[in-house]
Amino acid sequence: MTITLTKKQRRSLYRIIAASVFFAIAVFLSAIGVFPESYSQYAEFVLYLAVYLVIGGDVLLRAGKNIIHGNVFDEHFLMSIATIGAFFLGEYPEAVAVMLFYQIGELFQSYAVEKSRRSIADLMDISPDHAYIEQDGAITSVDPSILQAGDHIVIKAGDRVPVDGVVIAGSSDLDTASLTGESLLRNVGVGDQVISGCINVSGVLHVRVAKPLSESTVTRILELVESAAGKKAKTEQFITRFSRYYTPAVVLAAVILSVIPPLIFAEPFTIWIERALIFLVVSCPCALVISIPLSFFGGIGGASRSGILIKGSSYLEALSKIDTIVFDKTGTLTNGSFSVTEIHPIGMPERELLEIAAHAEAYSSHPIAVSLRAAYQQPVHTGDLTDVYECAGHGVKAAYRGRRIAVGNTGFLQGLGICTDDVSEAGSVIHVAVDGKYAGWVRLADTVKPTAVQTVAELKKRGIHRIVMLTGDSPSAAASISGKLGIDEYYASLLPQDKVAAMEKILAEQRSGRTAAFVGDGINDAPVIMRADLGIAMGSLGSDAAIEAADVVLMDDDPMKILSAVHLSQRTMHIVFQNIVFALGVKFFVLILAALGIANMWEAVFADVGVAVIAILNAMRTLKIR
Amino acid sequence: MKKSFKLENLDCAHCAAVMENGIRKIEGVHEASISFMTRRLVIDADEGRFPDILKEAAVICRRVEPDCFIKE
Repeated sequence: MTITLTKKQRRSLYRIIAASVFFAIAVFLSAIGVFPESYSQYAEFVLYLAVYLVIGGDVLLRAGKNIIHGNVFDEHFLMSIATIGAFFLGEYPEAVAVMLFYQIGELFQSYAVEKSRRSIADLMDISPDHAYIEQDGAITSVDPSILQAGDHIVIKAGDRVPVDGVVIAGSSDLDTASLTGESLLRNVGVGDQVISGCINVSGVLHVRVAKPLSESTVTRILELVESAAGKKAKTEQFITRFSRYYTPAVVLAAVILSVIPPLIFAEPFTIWIERALIFLVVSCPCALVISIPLSFFGGIGGASRSGILIKGSSYLEALSKIDTIVFDKTGTLTNGSFSVTEIHPIGMPERELLEIAAHAEAYSSHPIAVSLRAAYQQPVHTGDLTDVYECAGHGVKAAYRGRRIAVGNTGFLQGLGICTDDVSEAGSVIHVAVDGKYAGWVRLADTVKPTAVQTVAELKKRGIHRIVMLTGDSPSAAASISGKLGIDEYYASLLPQDKVAAMEKILAEQRSGRTAAFVGDGINDAPVIMRADLGIAMGSLGSDAAIEAADVVLMDDDPMKILSAVHLSQRTMHIVFQNIVFALGVKFFVLILAALGIANMWEAVFADVGVAVIAILNAMRTLKIR
Repeated sequence: MKKSFKLENLDCAHCAAVMENGIRKIEGVHEASISFMTRRLVIDADEGRFPDILKEAAVICRRVEPDCFIKE
């Protein structure tokens, strides 16, 4: 690990070293008693005061300035009063030590904050630093921010895609890892969209700029993460509010402690003033005020690294409290594309049935036709095909290699006077007839994503007790999919507006303090996403609408990402609570010890800066993913 | 109108909270938020008063943390 300090930190470090040396000399000189008895008291005072000013001069100055500005309960002021008080009580070494440790703690704190800021910046280091623009046949390197829509750029292998655009020449593989967290290669060719932030792995791409840098995906993501502070979590707000009362309360307690007990117990004031000064040292809420936002920020930063964008700490908090998840079926739990699940030929091999079906649908761009051709896996010879007659949405008649073929739904074949098998309606069933005779059927269905089953099972294990599926599909299709996934509750045949109503009903049944989240593909489900406690859009790489509407955006379409998001948020909240309990616990403990006269200044310094440093180190754990 | 600025030399988290409170109270400011971690200040305010608001905000920041200044 290399340690790099800012100018300010280095200055502070030199001062701490110098003061420590002087302090050691001062302690040594007073210990061996070099000063004659008659004026040793004064000599020590002057000696320690000099060291004190070296180490704490700036704190005194800041405190003075702040008082003029009316900020009384500021840590500099509290430290100044505590140490000046110690001086008056004749505890010179303690006064200097408190200031010295305070400065060491501050330096460490500043270093830790700077380091985590930098590691977050590294995490989000997805912005491009240069682009190659092609003008009049010449290629020049330019700053990506000057690119305009319509410009032609060249992206070389190994370079980052600078702005969103469309490929006009060349083909290559793009690594989306920095956006989605998943090192998945995406093959792109002419006409395909490229998204800024991805890395061009293999070939050279010529791209027409679609959006300037300021509107490109990369900038949107960075803005989103940077301004995530806008929506502060309840815990974060609580800490800010708490600290506003905590400091004055402890200071007031210190004042009372220094006056009342000596009057009651008729004891010397000095004992109680010393205890009161300890209160002042402990009264700074720094540990909480720094470590809580840092934990949240680390959590959000870490999440964005794995392709989970959380729009603010309040949503991170909500994520950790999910107990109901409502899924949209198509595109979320299923692939949203059809594939052949069953082939049922009558009087011919399966292969032949599929060949006929694929050829009949040779010219159609309907998703079912595309899936049939994909299932056939061989090139379709349109040359063998004549007299094609398509009845849109119902079926196709044609002549294929001397045979009359008809492929379509039940109604289409019955219209041709052909009787079809009665097949249940889960998915879509395509019937085939050859030369006027029924030849069998092919079933196509939306397929469940490979990780969806595991996701549902794991979510249940994590205490998410209600998992619901919404779909516009038929009840039988919904029943079959939800059965495969292990989802007990589903609502089928829903129109878009019905989905909002279904979500509202679920929200009404929700326990207060818990979150009901909705997961959708973000394009068709925007109204439901906005209505839910927590709207999660998935597979939305490059979709502005989804990024706009959702509270949490999953960059790729793997449902397991939901699990990571929940896990990550729970871990972050755990660290937040650890810090609150630890920091307040130690502080109150030291306050009690101080009031009883057991604690001294040293424990107080630990309760202030030591706790802050430990809390920061703990908060930095949120940055680590997995 | 919403605008985002960078706060240079923002070193203390408590100060950020104090600044945030102060800036919120400036006349014409609808909403202000400071992220201590990203050192980002976001002000949502009346467009006409923006230059004045920014000046006042700079004074508040300097008062709370002497080295701190607002960068566009």
